Amino acid sequence: MDSPNNSTDTVEQPVSAASAKPSDFTKRHDPPREPAPVKLYEKRRAVHNKRIDGPFRRFKWFVMLVTLGIYYITPWIRWDRGPYAPNQAVLIDLANRRFYMFGIEIWPQEFYFVAGLLIMAGIGLFLVTSAVGRAWCGYACPQTVWTDLFQHIDRFVDGDRNARMRLDAAPWTWGKVLRRGFKWTIYLAIAFWTGGAWIMYFADAPTLTHDFWTGQAAPVAYVTVAILTATTFVLGGFMREQVCIYMCPWPRIQTAMLDEKSLIVTYKDWRGEPRGSVKKAAKNPGEFGDCIDCTQCVQVCPTGIDIREGPQIGCITCALCIDACDKVMKDIGRPRGLIDYATLEDCKREAAGETPRPAWKTLLHPRTVIYFGIWAAIGLGMLFLLGTRSHTSISAAPDRNPPYMLMSDGALRNSYTVKLRNMESRPRKMEVEIDGLAGAKMWTGTMDYADAKRKLVIDVPPDETKALRVYVIAPPDTKAQDFHFGVTSLDPQKETDQAEARFTAPGDSE
Amino acid sequence: MANKRIDEATQTETVGHEWDGIEELNTPLPRWWLWSFYGCIAFAIGYMIVYPAIPMVHKATEGTLGWSSRGQLAEEMKEADAARSTVRAKIAAVDIVKLPEQPDLMAQAVAGGAAAFKVNCVQCHGSGAAGSQTLGYPNLNDDDWLWGGDIKTIEYTITHGIRQANDDDLRQSAMPPFAGVFEPQQLDALATHVLSLSGKAKPNAQGAQIYADNCVVCHGDKGQGDRTVGAPRLADAIWLYGGTKADIEKQILNPRMGQMPHWGGRLDPVTIKMLAAYVYSLGGGEKIAQTTTPEPVKQDDGQPQQ
Repeated sequence: MDSPNNSTDTVEQPVSAASAKPSDFTKRHDPPREPAPVKLYEKRRAVHNKRIDGPFRRFKWFVMLVTLGIYYITPWIRWDRGPYAPNQAVLIDLANRRFYMFGIEIWPQEFYFVAGLLIMAGIGLFLVTSAVGRAWCGYACPQTVWTDLFQHIDRFVDGDRNARMRLDAAPWTWGKVLRRGFKWTIYLAIAFWTGGAWIMYFADAPTLTHDFWTGQAAPVAYVTVAILTATTFVLGGFMREQVCIYMCPWPRIQTAMLDEKSLIVTYKDWRGEPRGSVKKAAKNPGEFGDCIDCTQCVQVCPTGIDIREGPQIGCITCALCIDACDKVMKDIGRPRGLIDYATLEDCKREAAGETPRPAWKTLLHPRTVIYFGIWAAIGLGMLFLLGTRSHTSISAAPDRNPPYMLMSDGALRNSYTVKLRNMESRPRKMEVEIDGLAGAKMWTGTMDYADAKRKLVIDVPPDETKALRVYVIAPPDTKAQDFHFGVTSLDPQKETDQAEARFTAPGDSE
Repeated sequence: MANKRIDEATQTETVGHEWDGIEELNTPLPRWWLWSFYGCIAFAIGYMIVYPAIPMVHKATEGTLGWSSRGQLAEEMKEADAARSTVRAKIAAVDIVKLPEQPDLMAQAVAGGAAAFKVNCVQCHGSGAAGSQTLGYPNLNDDDWLWGGDIKTIEYTITHGIRQANDDDLRQSAMPPFAGVFEPQQLDALATHVLSLSGKAKPNAQGAQIYADNCVVCHGDKGQGDRTVGAPRLADAIWLYGGTKADIEKQILNPRMGQMPHWGGRLDPVTIKMLAAYVYSLGGGEKIAQTTTPEPVKQDDGQPQQ
């Protein structure tokens, strides 16, 4: 808005930030070069990003604190479930096939809750992407968080950008070896702690920690820690932005999900171009844009890109360049927001001299609303299912060999394996009854025929499935027929369930 | 002949031979490939030395490690036996009468017995232990027992067998054949009387008389049978050799009597105990107190019973 229409480029293409190829800018500013021989391999140029402070940097600190806090601390939170269940708040108990998350306990057959959670996470990513662009990449992705952490270690050990660049170029003296050794030791310590925290989700954390250091933990624990230590060390310490640019599929998927309505970090080239120093601009008023080509935005970038080249896959939208540019603009007395979060549509509007739309309008377009609707519907559905699910169930499988038994008094007997599920963390009494099958009685493998009844009260241990061998005896000449086993929990919950069963008799066509 | 030159188009050396104008480029294998190949050869040589490899006339070379699949199986079996040994020791230590009172141990015994049953018993009694009425193998699921259905009696029967020599304590009895003894009409009357014991026919005086004269000693006056001699109960719904009148007549004339080998010498006592627990658990097991002859009581006038 400040310097409209003084670039030929913007006259032709107001949305040049979106459509401009990097070469458009480089052509303008760099001397023509010899065409380099075609090489498929591009050597990595180390990123030494400069320290910067600003609202987005502080937000990144906050997110880092929260995400790392959640990751490292969660397994150590205790949650009292009584004497029959573990007291770890979040526990994926693979050995006993139970998944605990605070007040929720999930059995393997309820794994759809976890699937639902993962679907919600996926749709949540879509929602965030359509609303605020690659915010996940910029703030919350583990790769971003750990890279950020390791870059701070770099800064702590070796100093800021210039010092690091000097040290990088310096020959390998003992001092450099020591420095590198010290830094990589810190890397390794963080990496080890990261790997070590992971396994705590799968066993009782204090016990596992003790077992781990006394050499009594399962081999899989050591292997997992070793693998995750190695991946953290390599991905966070050395590969860093290359993971985002070359390895991760998510940026590629996101480019397909972003459109002119998505918030992205954008350089407003119609305002910035052509670039010129403050001095030059003072000499030739009206000739130059707001960008003074100080390259602060490039220097602070954790992935080492130049945002002024336009939206690109290397940009994780962490907005540190906004912090850097805003600071410079403030110092030279120009309005902030030369680099800013904006949608391409708004850029177009701004470039044409219109007022940008308010932020809520940017966020509230149909796609975000639909994503949010789906996301919330799944969440509410799962909450409803969680709230109403029964903690008692029964299933019955008939013996097929022999299908039925003639008793000495002519009565017919069928045998079943009846399973009673008690999903509460306390022992419960359950009443099993025969529903249908007139005159039938039943007893279990640990009872006597003499005690056979139509209703049996069974003690079911806490958090377990109790398998019973049940013999059902029916009067002579009972015909083959379907009936039900019913179960009722003998506690205030009075939960009930039914299992279909077939009583086989001579002449049954089954 | 050898005329190596650099091919212009590819900048690659030729092998130096030419066939009617056709030349071959010498493109060597990548180093890594070559070294992997040499590595494989070295590995194969080592493998042939330490593992059985070269087939000879009678058997293959043995290899320095002494490994064989049979030896591995034996080792695994030994490990499995070792893993079972504690449970087996516990089962061996407990009195079989007390076994059903310990549900956990009983469950383990039943599981072990089920496995042993599948190997040793299914040939006659069937995989579901349902026997065969046509062949005369008793069904072990029901509540009808020829020799008694409490866990200790079952163990005794398995250990010593039925009507098969080579064991001094075997279950022995025989029903005499009545072929040629009765007139057809008498036979008919007797079979009808036998059927009447379980309410399947009307009683008749002649049959009752013949029954009283010939059968009562073993089968009892009401057809209740006698477990001490394995005489079947005739007053129930279960017929080992068929429950029709023809079946019964056939059995009277020319009785069939089943045999069971004694397992005492072939299976170890713990396995037999587990088998007894399994058969007992099939749903027809009887309480000790109900049927078993009491343990010999040490009294002056008391006679130890079998």
